[in-house]
Amino acid sequence: MYSFDIERPTTIADAVAALGSDEAQALGGGQTLIPTLKQRLAAPAKLVSLSGIAEMQGVCVADDGALCIGGATPHAVVAREAAAAYPALAALAGQIGDPAVRNRGTIGGSLANNDPAACYPAAVLASGATIVTNARSIAADDYFDGMFGTALEEGEIIVEVRFPVPEAASYQKFLQPASRFALTGAFVAKFADGVRVAITGAGEEGVFRWSEAETALSHEFRPDALMDLSVSADGMIEDLHGSKAYRAHLVKVMTARAVAAAAG
Amino acid sequence: MPKDGGIGASTKRREDVRFLTGQGNYTDDINIAGQAYVHFLRSDMAHGRINAIDTAAAAAMPGVVRIFTGADFEGIGGLPCGWQVTDRFGEPMQEPAHPVLAQGKVRHVGDPIAAVVAETPEQARDAAEAIVVDITELPAVVDMRAALAEGATKVHDDLKSNLCYDWGFVEDNREAVDAAIKGAHHVTTLELVNNRLVANPMEPRVAVGDYNRATDEHTLYTTSQNPHVIRLLMGAFVLGIPEHKLRVVAPDVGGGFGSKIFHYAEEAFCTFAAKACNRPVKWTASRSEAFITDAHGRDHVTKIELALDEEGNFLALRTETLANMGAYLSTFAPSVPTWLHGTLMAGNYKTPLIYVNVKAVFTNTVPVDAYRGAGRPEATYQLERVIDKAARELGMDPIALRRKNFVTEFPYATPVAVEYDTGDYVATMDKLEEIADIAGFADRWEKSQDDGKLRGLGVNCYIEACGIAPSNLVGQLGARAGLYDAATVRVNATGSISVMVGAHSHGQGHETSFPQVVAEMIGIDPSQVEIVHGDSSKIPFGMGTYGSRSIAVCGSAMVRATEKIINKAKKIAAHLMEASEADIELKDGQFTVAGTDKSVAWGDVTLAAYVPHNYPLEEIEPGLEETAFYDPANFTYPAGAYACEVEVDPETGKVTICSFAAADDFGNIINPMIVDGQVHGGIGQGIGQALLENAVYDENGQLLSGSYMDYAMPRADDVPFYVVDHSCQTPCTHNPLGVKGCGEAGAIGSPPAVVNAVIDALQRAGKDVSHIDMPLTPARVWAAMNG
Repeated sequence: MYSFDIERPTTIADAVAALGSDEAQALGGGQTLIPTLKQRLAAPAKLVSLSGIAEMQGVCVADDGALCIGGATPHAVVAREAAAAYPALAALAGQIGDPAVRNRGTIGGSLANNDPAACYPAAVLASGATIVTNARSIAADDYFDGMFGTALEEGEIIVEVRFPVPEAASYQKFLQPASRFALTGAFVAKFADGVRVAITGAGEEGVFRWSEAETALSHEFRPDALMDLSVSADGMIEDLHGSKAYRAHLVKVMTARAVAAAAG
Repeated sequence: MPKDGGIGASTKRREDVRFLTGQGNYTDDINIAGQAYVHFLRSDMAHGRINAIDTAAAAAMPGVVRIFTGADFEGIGGLPCGWQVTDRFGEPMQEPAHPVLAQGKVRHVGDPIAAVVAETPEQARDAAEAIVVDITELPAVVDMRAALAEGATKVHDDLKSNLCYDWGFVEDNREAVDAAIKGAHHVTTLELVNNRLVANPMEPRVAVGDYNRATDEHTLYTTSQNPHVIRLLMGAFVLGIPEHKLRVVAPDVGGGFGSKIFHYAEEAFCTFAAKACNRPVKWTASRSEAFITDAHGRDHVTKIELALDEEGNFLALRTETLANMGAYLSTFAPSVPTWLHGTLMAGNYKTPLIYVNVKAVFTNTVPVDAYRGAGRPEATYQLERVIDKAARELGMDPIALRRKNFVTEFPYATPVAVEYDTGDYVATMDKLEEIADIAGFADRWEKSQDDGKLRGLGVNCYIEACGIAPSNLVGQLGARAGLYDAATVRVNATGSISVMVGAHSHGQGHETSFPQVVAEMIGIDPSQVEIVHGDSSKIPFGMGTYGSRSIAVCGSAMVRATEKIINKAKKIAAHLMEASEADIELKDGQFTVAGTDKSVAWGDVTLAAYVPHNYPLEEIEPGLEETAFYDPANFTYPAGAYACEVEVDPETGKVTICSFAAADDFGNIINPMIVDGQVHGGIGQGIGQALLENAVYDENGQLLSGSYMDYAMPRADDVPFYVVDHSCQTPCTHNPLGVKGCGEAGAIGSPPAVVNAVIDALQRAGKDVSHIDMPLTPARVWAAMNG
């Protein structure tokens, strides 16, 4: 790790101001950034910790029924406090990493990083959530921009994520054996006006919606509805842990399992 | 009381009190006033020619004490190889130089180019980044077959080729084996890969060098399984330091699994630099560094052929293996695919003709050496896999085929030069069938079927050779060291005992089990006996701990030394009781005179030895301390039978281990609980190899699985609750304890059981799959099912 300065603002405004300086970088729970720094793969001059900002913490239900999660809320808190309002989302949060990761890692950090094998992006995209930043609101469909890419501008902070709560939902992930990130994970959310399906871990461009499955499941919300669909291996990730074809296959398997679990 | 804590008691591990409460003293806990820190600048390319190294800017950076490069080690010995293999043609293996810091070329990612000694670890690392290395990248030699091809790039320019040796064993059997296979009723052939593994002990390697200018004494604190071996190799071959001026200390060591047997460059560097800088010098490996500098294990590519007659009798066995040596010869690397592998190829079976061919190959990868089992897992895996395949091809039950071919009479001389002293393979298989409930498998298969899972049963046997010996034989085989061990039993005046042992405990529980033996022999409480190990200045000598040798070899030395103690104590007791020495008996810590009610306690005799007022000074010396060296007459041959049941998810290929049972014959057992733990750990590592672990290089020689993000270690939920049994005991006939060794059995016996089970599951489901290479990841199993 190279040496750096750190600031610990207590308001969003102070954080935005601190991030205005050259080579400043926001620090969420540090579950990706700190290991990167330890390996000397990044050298920010200043880290701005977002974990001391009270208005970015916590889980609540808005008047319109949306579940609102502060951008600096750790996964463990989501697992606990979202369980009643949005069980599938709470279950996802409760299965990220290990207890140490869940007590430090935050939803905002995960979404700002947009790791192609992260869990939260699948929930956000499948739920049609809204990413609320210090500057604007971004629809999930407009937010994710390829592997590790997002619509966030330099210095823009995720202060809240608003999840419409579906009638039924489930996230099923198939674990990469070493990291236990999602080798392929499927989040299925059934709303009154249709079904959304988001896939993480599989695509070279990161999280994506499987629109054919959405159409089929909107028509009939049963695993069998997927039976005749096939997933192209084109655009899938290939690495030590699975070929493109294997990931394409898992997309269907994990989606079907998510539908089965959600339809319960 | 002695009965409670003596031989056979499951005494809790006394060392765990300090390990579990954070009070261990590991090498990284050792900090010496004034110490500086070293950071190694390591090659990030697999193969390159060093044109120039510019350290000027780095040397001017804050805190830098001194920067070393290969030039500082010119004229200083390289790291020695401890075993010379002679090839099929009677020629010695090709043995390249292994410099402490790279000279002229780098040969694997991680090869050290320069070393910066600085006031802090961060300053050392900062300065290392400022070193400018002008290097020309060369083509990387990664694949073993390509390495042996005509015109291949050479890893070592001064060698004839990338072939270290072409070894044949037993060479005289070659033609007879070929003929037997040619004429056989049935030949089963299997090509397989024994995957490369990273040992991954919990504690990464550490070295601290210290030098006393006033006395010219060097001390090296290091994470080693065998401090005397390091002292011998480093003192005599690398740095030229006489033994009486070199102390090597291996304090608490957090696991080794073989990877801490070897003498590494960092140990020699810290010892050298401490004198050169006149300061203690410390190095602590990061986990990333461990992946690219700790010797790796396994990495064999093998073709095996088993010839059988109509009834399923084994007629002949032929194997051809390519064994990866990596870029340099690690300390015992050449012995692993040869004498620790070929000699075990008979397994538990009376195959009359066997020929083993091994070509050892240099590549631009991390050196490969012994890892838990070392050669024996590779032998067991290929043999037990080909037997399973043969059973399926012949339509025979895999257990019945094994039973048909078991060695049943002992001693048994194999066609691969070793003689099994004892064993009862029928008994261990009977026990396995009982504890694994083989008879109930069909019902469990039905249940899995109902759950939509493919269930399979895998069974195999194993034999291993522990306590490699005797020294005069291993010398003929190419070992450049003896393989005895030593113990000094020091009885203190009040009767407590310190035993200085050459074995090193880094997870094996010696501090608990060794005292059980001494306590049993004398009849005192084990708490009165302590074990001292790991410091060359405190123990007489010792070859350390590997190859499941500790209790069989060092334990035997301890027994011999204790016998000397008892003999002397009886003389003292005879004097005290005015009786004939021949009439003295020792039981429960009391010396008695046979046929009388006279007795003296152990403590009275030991006190007399140190306060010799009433003492036969004209006959024997005061004091009570004895040393014994023990050189075994033969290996020991633990053996057993293992069973694994798996469920395969037909949709994803994921393998779940439902149960694992192990029936082992370890001969006599000192502490059954510790033996259970050793077997558990070994099976865990074997399951890791079978399902998860894989050190994978790309074509450029970059280690793709160089961190835990991609190198899958077994976690608690990857393994089942094991059923282990070691009630089948055929004691070793040639050591005084009748013990055989248990440290590696689990890692040797378990991989074929897992793979056999998965293949069984797929075949029962009608899949035409006869083999999948380890690790059997979900992706590989799925691909095989859908091939």
